[in-house]
Amino acid sequence: MPEPILAVAGVSKTYKGGFTALHHVDLAIRKGEIFALLGPNGAGKTTLISIICGIVTPSSGTITVAGHDALGDYKAARRRIGLVPQELSVDMFETVLATVTFSRRLFGHPANPAHIERVLRDLSLWDKRNTKIMALSGGMKRRVLIAKALAHEPEILFLDEPTAGVDVALRRDMWKLVHGLREQGTTIILTTHYIEEAEEMADRVGVIDKGRLLLVEEKAALMHKLGKRELDLTLVEPLAAVPPGLERWQLSLVNDGKVLRYVFDATEEHTGIPSLLRALAEQSISFKDLETSKSSLEDIFVDLVGERA
Amino acid sequence: MNLHGVWAIYRFEMARALRTLWQSLVAPVLTTSLYFIVFGGAIGSRMQTVDGVGYGSFIVPGLIMLSLLTQSVGNASIGIYFPKFTGTVFELLSAPISAMEMVLGYVGAAATKSVVLGLIILATSAFFVPITVLHPGAMIAFLLLTALAFSLFGFILGIWAGSFEQLNFVPMLLITPLTFLGGSFYSIDMLPQPWRTVSLFNPVVYLVSGFRWSFFGKGDVDIALSLGVTLGFLVVCLAIIAWIFKSGWRLKS
Ligand SMILES: Nc1ncnc2c1ncn2[C@@H]1O[C@H](COP(=O)(O)OP(=O)(O)O)[C@@H](O)[C@H]1O
Ligand SMILES: [Mg+2]
Repeated sequence: MPEPILAVAGVSKTYKGGFTALHHVDLAIRKGEIFALLGPNGAGKTTLISIICGIVTPSSGTITVAGHDALGDYKAARRRIGLVPQELSVDMFETVLATVTFSRRLFGHPANPAHIERVLRDLSLWDKRNTKIMALSGGMKRRVLIAKALAHEPEILFLDEPTAGVDVALRRDMWKLVHGLREQGTTIILTTHYIEEAEEMADRVGVIDKGRLLLVEEKAALMHKLGKRELDLTLVEPLAAVPPGLERWQLSLVNDGKVLRYVFDATEEHTGIPSLLRALAEQSISFKDLETSKSSLEDIFVDLVGERA
Repeated sequence: MNLHGVWAIYRFEMARALRTLWQSLVAPVLTTSLYFIVFGGAIGSRMQTVDGVGYGSFIVPGLIMLSLLTQSVGNASIGIYFPKFTGTVFELLSAPISAMEMVLGYVGAAATKSVVLGLIILATSAFFVPITVLHPGAMIAFLLLTALAFSLFGFILGIWAGSFEQLNFVPMLLITPLTFLGGSFYSIDMLPQPWRTVSLFNPVVYLVSGFRWSFFGKGDVDIALSLGVTLGFLVVCLAIIAWIFKSGWRLKS
């Protein structure tokens, strides 16, 4: 594997109150990938990002950004990073253009009106460039935060819960932008607690819970793992055993033989459901109800933690 | 050195003042005029001279110092407290900018504002009383040093403060009394003992005295001592700020 653009090694964080939010996290991000950090609220996603960006001090461990130690050589490390935080923290009294230009300069670059204009246009903010931020809607404020993070042309972009409370239009614009940035070689790390979002966006996914990074996988492999669903058929007549001829679906009987259960992979092109239903009809096994369920993120975490234990 | 970053912060802070330019100008001019009417007119008419200087002229350095101190502390403290309050401090903390560069931006802007204010008060005073400055170089130096030192102090205050109450508390309960008791409107020689000796523990005495010396060639304490105390205060503030950034105190969790 080529040298990672970002390497997190043995990072732990215990907050002042004594709460340990991160337990010895190791993570290597490849240049140019879109990486999703997936985990429920309170998992430690924001803490990890804040440590990488220099906002929170790690209790132990090291972070290397493009070969530069994030503590020792922080200027070289931070110049490469752009952060869109989870909270809508913006300067209310500034105009859009002023605050985005400020960000570019703060990160050590001379003003570049052409670049700023491009960023603002990409985010549909150009018409609002002279508007004070306090007059913008929540969605527009988030766009401003994204523009600020992109003002200094970062190599690595962090998006902390980018779609939390965001409308459809912004979501669409944001994904377009993210893909455009990826085309240009920007590495993108986003956090989310929606599996769908990780699935939609990422090349690789890391699952984090209770401060531990449980696994890091290629999206396809993980989705396979996470994509298991159950089809429950409530039978008209309970069965004592799975009838012969249905072996290829590996069915099971639950609820005293009243429910026939089929476990399938929703991410596969052929789920095997139509053929199963045809086979049941041929054998005159009739059912009165049909229900599919998918494992929730919580279930998956339980599974993953179970696997590890 | 991230000069673009320093410049960005400096401009941001100056723009904040320019948005309220009118208040920034009118308030000091009005306050100064009031001081001259009350202190210069009503009281000064009974005092006539202090150390051979007309009372109206005598209070000019103290008047400038009073505003310089409160404005330096106020400007610098709100400058860094506000980003903490609104959460925008995340950007400062994640930027490739060193502690001293950040201080240069914030404190530089706060000090600039108070020096301009000091000069406005000086100009306003000239309408009321005769003003001569014996040592203009020293006058400017004291103005700059004091503005810097107290802007640094304000910066520390802004980082320390956890609420707007705390932010206002220190200037009101510390800076204003120390300035009034620091010989802004009188010579500490005029005080009875033990107050004269007690006054020598008030650092503001040295600032006002040094500043007054640059006007009239005479102060309550030796000019070298004044300069020493001012520089000492500056160095202490710088050391505290260096420690704050190193430890992340009140800025990072
Ligand atoms: N400044 C802090 N002091 C103490 N505990 C904190 C602090 N910030 C976050 N935490 C705790 O650390 C845990 C992880 O928080 P966070 O990183 O924000 O999670 P996530 O972003 O995954 O929702 C939570 O239990 C949270 O309460
Ligand atoms: Mg979070």
